[in-house]
Parts: sequence; structure tokens; C-alpha cells
Amino acid sequence: MSRPAEDVAAPDDAAATPTTAGAARVPWARATAVVGVLVVAVALAYLQSGSGIVVSQAVVTGILVGGVYGLVAMGLTLIFGVLDIVNFAHGAFLALALFGTYWLVTALGLHPLVALAGNIVAMFVLGALVQRGVLAGAMDRPLENQLLITLGLAMIIENGLLLFFGADPRSVALPGDRGVAILGAVADLSRILAFAGALVLAGALFLLLQRTRLGTAIRAVAASSTGAELVGIDTRRIYVLTFAIGTACAGAAGTLLAPLVTIEPTTGAQFTIIAFVVVVLGGMGNVVGALVSGLVIGLAEQLGGLLLPGQSPLLAVFIVFVLVLFLRPQGLFGRSG
Amino acid sequence: MSAPADATAAASAAARSDALPRQPWNRPLAVVAVLTVLLVPLPLVLPGAQEAVAVRVLIFALLSIGWNVMSGFGGMFSFGHAAYFGLGAYTTAWLLVERGVSPWIGMAAGMVIAAAFAVVIGFLALRYRLRGAYFALATFAFAEMLRLWAIGSDFVNRAEGYHVPLLPESSWWYLQFEPGSPNYFWIALALTVAALVVSILFLRSRAGQFTLAARDDAEAAASLGIPVMRYKLTTMALAGAISSVAGAFYVQYYLFVDPDLAFGSSQSIQAILPAVIGGVGTIWGPVIGAAVLGPLSDVTATILRNPPPFLEFLQGRGGLDVILYGLLLIVIIRLLPKGIYGALQERWSRR
Repeated sequence: MSRPAEDVAAPDDAAATPTTAGAARVPWARATAVVGVLVVAVALAYLQSGSGIVVSQAVVTGILVGGVYGLVAMGLTLIFGVLDIVNFAHGAFLALALFGTYWLVTALGLHPLVALAGNIVAMFVLGALVQRGVLAGAMDRPLENQLLITLGLAMIIENGLLLFFGADPRSVALPGDRGVAILGAVADLSRILAFAGALVLAGALFLLLQRTRLGTAIRAVAASSTGAELVGIDTRRIYVLTFAIGTACAGAAGTLLAPLVTIEPTTGAQFTIIAFVVVVLGGMGNVVGALVSGLVIGLAEQLGGLLLPGQSPLLAVFIVFVLVLFLRPQGLFGRSG
Repeated sequence: MSAPADATAAASAAARSDALPRQPWNRPLAVVAVLTVLLVPLPLVLPGAQEAVAVRVLIFALLSIGWNVMSGFGGMFSFGHAAYFGLGAYTTAWLLVERGVSPWIGMAAGMVIAAAFAVVIGFLALRYRLRGAYFALATFAFAEMLRLWAIGSDFVNRAEGYHVPLLPESSWWYLQFEPGSPNYFWIALALTVAALVVSILFLRSRAGQFTLAARDDAEAAASLGIPVMRYKLTTMALAGAISSVAGAFYVQYYLFVDPDLAFGSSQSIQAILPAVIGGVGTIWGPVIGAAVLGPLSDVTATILRNPPPFLEFLQGRGGLDVILYGLLLIVIIRLLPKGIYGALQERWSRR
């Protein structure tokens, strides 16, 4: 395995891991290509809509939403990179956090940002319990088994929410929310806060992975669980903690998203889909790649809405997804091979 | 049973005879025949509501038999089987509503379209060597793209979908009878039996044996001169065609289809569940799984309509059935990873 020079590597760094590949070298050529494609998309969107304001609104919204997509996907990609699990329950965890936020805000009168801390802790614990209780026993089984278990979890959580809360759409209002002008476009304060929160949490996760002993151990397990075990890392503990951290990411994203979306039991499922697209685009297991491609997908969705009028904006996202799956399954920022 | 089919089966059985004992291939066909004879009088015995459950079990089974051919026998884990179900449903509905074409012809057209779509997906996925999670995600993406396309296209009536126009009288040609007619059950039974027989014959055919070989070790199979790509694509086409029939019949039975029903991920899940619960890669798995799952939603609906005192607060709520599906799925995967039939089979063979 090639080992890229890592400027932030901890002393006992085990090996170059998928979770750090994007951090070590910035693939400038590919980054330029991605930016180029986005610029062309912006230009085409301008030609199609004929209005600068519409396009800049799309770009601002796309970037702001994309940051949150990135946060959702970071948890998913971390779980994939370390545990090799395609976690179909990720969006369901997010939905759970949405309803948790709703409950904390309406029943207890908490500020949504205070609910954030509570939700992160609660989802961390839930993630640990789920991994320990349901998934741990299936770790050495074929991939499909874990996929189906997380699918079962998603069905239970989503429909549990439906059972207890009903299908009525709900919403959470951020106190003092108002429109803020950016670059000729208007963005809600809640959106900007969600974006900022996502960036802060993404940075915290990155530091955790790069600068702490736990993070180093997580990256070691991602690179080779056998090797990690040989140097004395308790891989089972790392699996539990990684799944918990990934779930906490979904929880954080759920809280940040709560003021922005209609809260329904099925809201999470839409994010599962987008998160998978982001994860594949960023390279499965690549945390930094997930954040960057979150932004790309946020933009693709908004610009796609302008380029394919009358079609669902998600269609553009899927077209990007399929192209990436076929042409660069290792992701835009992953290593080849 | 045609002579050439027997000859090829014998040939392939002989080729494997060193490694494996010859399997009694006619037994499954005999069981199918006996079951069919037993099930035919069922609608005359069952009350109307139960017959609807029986029809749903058959649609479940049909869809899942298709999934099982591709993912169980072919080893290509499909997470987007709604694509084929939906193509069958939409082709039939479109031809019937927009062109007045009989659903039987629509069903055949849907099979061709679904098979062609499966070949395209399969070709791309195999050409670009997608495996495991990537393959599953690609199939999922194609189903979602169809859903989003249908929602946004005037060509298929956007998100509204299609209602099958009601006829003044029963018609075999237009596959429409008075509600609760036993004909629906018999047609669904005939289609399911046909799919089962096809999957049994496929498995014993040369193509089926090659498919199994390619599933178990693609490189070894290719090195023996088996054109892996061709047999995998054949398998996918067959699977797509079988599942599309479920969609076509679904439209005629429920008289309605929209993009979420046809192409939504819950339809893909419904294709997977019966096979996984019954036993992936076994002939009987999807049927057994469907027979377990089909009635479950009625049981829960009955419970929620008149809940026991401790569940009073759940009255009139939905979702309990899917929760049970999810629980069952997890329990089966953890305790009986080969499914109900797979576990039974193992126990028999150990004796």
C-alpha cells in the first residue's frame, strides 16, 4: 500500500488509510476538473434561466445545503470505511434526530441549538447500542447481511416514528430566523447556521480522526483490522465507537436540518439517498472527500433544478451518481485501483 | 418435459457427477404441481377478505421469485427491483389507458422492456465491474431515476400515475372482473406457478448451471470457457421479466399505479424480503417468505383497528406491519441466515 506523506500524522500512525487519503494530498487536477464542471453548469444555468439572481440564489442555497449533506455523509462514509457496512439506517437515524429535536423544542421549550448537544449524545449512545447489540454479531458475515440488517433497522425506526407521531408533517422554527442577503441572494439565518454548524462539526471530526489516539486507532482499523489487532488495538471497541460517531453525525445533521425541512418519518430516507451519492462521489471511507462532495451535490441539485426544468432536482443528482459509479467508483478524490 | 431440456440437464448433471450427487430435479416440479392442485379451490373456500390476502401473497411471491433469480441464483444483489416491477406496471397501464391495449399484451411488452432495461443495467454494471455494495447502489440509483423521471414526465402522467378505467362488465381480454372474483386469484396463481416452473427449469438448464458457477467463482468459471457476462445478463433479463409480470398484474388487481408505488424503494424492499426470509438462492424461499409476510400486514391492521388496552394509543396508526417486517428481517438474518427453507434444508440433509 502506498503511503502518502502526511503532515498531520500522529506519531503512532499505523498506515495510510482511506479516511485520510483526501487529507494528505490534494488532487489538484481533479479538483480543477470538478470546479470547471461546476462553472460550466453555472454558465448553462444562467443561459437557461436568463437571470443572475436566480443562479446566485441557486449557488448560495446549494453550498449551504451541501455543507449539511457533507455532514450527513461524513458519518456514513466513516462507518463504511471502518466497518465496511453499507448503512441504510443512516437516514432513519437522521429522522430520529429530527423528531428528537422537534420533541425537545416543542415539549421542553429548548432552543434548537441547545437540542444539538443533547441529540449528539443521545444518538452516539444509540449508535453504540445498535452496533453492539445487532450488528456486532454479523461483522464476519457477507456484506449483504449487514446491509439487510441496517435496512431492517431503517424500517423499524421509520415506521416506529410513523406509529408514534403519525404521518402529519411537522416543523421546528428557529427563534429569530430571518433572511440574510449574500451575493445578491437571500438565505435564511437557519440555513447559514446549519452550514456553519456542519463545518464546525466536520472540523471537529477531522481533528478527532487526525490528532487523537482514538482517531489514529480508527484509521488503523480502517486500513487493516487484522494489522490493528496485531498492534494491540481492540477492534471491537473501535467498531462500536466508530458506528456511534457516525450515528452522532446523523444526529447532529438532523438537529441542524430540523428548522429547514418538513419533519416527517420519511424525511430521513431522502437523505439516505443523497448521503450515498455524496459518499460514493467523495470515495467510500474518505471523510474529507465526503464534505467536499457534499458541496458538489448540493450545487448539482440546485443547478440541476435550473438545467432540467420541470424535473425533480434529484434527477441531476442521480445522473451524477451513476456517472461516478461507472467511471470513478473509487470517487472523485479516491486513489485509483 | 421436452427431451432436449432433459438431455442438457443430464449432460450438466453428468459433468458435475464427480463432485455432487445427482439431484432429483423432478421433485420440485412435482411439488409445484401438487401445490397448484391444492391451491386452485382456495378462493371457493376462503371469505373475500382472505382472498385479497392470498392474491397479495402471490404478487409478493412473483416479485420475489424474480429477485431471487438475479440475486440468489445469479449472486448479483439487486436493491432496485422496483425498476422492473414498475416498468411492468407502467407499460401495462400506459398501453391500456393511453392506447386501449389489452393488459395481456401490456404484460408481454412490459416483460420485454424490463428485460431490456435489466440487460442495460447489467451490461453497464458488469462492464465497469461494480461489485457488492456498488452494484447494489447502482441498481438502487436506476430505480430511483425511473421514479424521478416518472414524477416529472407528462408522458406518463407525472406524479398522478394511472387509474385503470373500470369496465361495465367482466372481461378476460381486459383482465378485469367484479371485485373479489376468484379469477384474480387463479390468474395470479397461474402466473406465479409459471414463474416458479421457469425458475426451476432455468436452474436445471445449462444456462442456470453456468450462472451458478459464475456466481460461486467468476474467475474459475471464465477460465473454463463460460462466457460469464452473457450468462449473467441472461439471468438479469429473466429476473427483470419475471418481476415485471408482478407489476403488470398489480396494476390490474389494484387498478392504480403511481411513481412511488411502482418505482419506490419500498417496492424494492418487498422484492427482497420474502426471498431473504424464506431463503435466498433456494427455489422455495421466495414462496415461503411471501406466505409468511403477506398475511402479516392484515394481522397488524386488525390489531390496530381494535387494539388491546395497552396499545390503545396506537389506534388507527399505520406502520406496525413494516416494523414487524424489519424485526423479522433482523431476526432471520441473525438467527437463520439461510432463511426458513434454507435452515430446514440443512436440517434434513444432516439426517
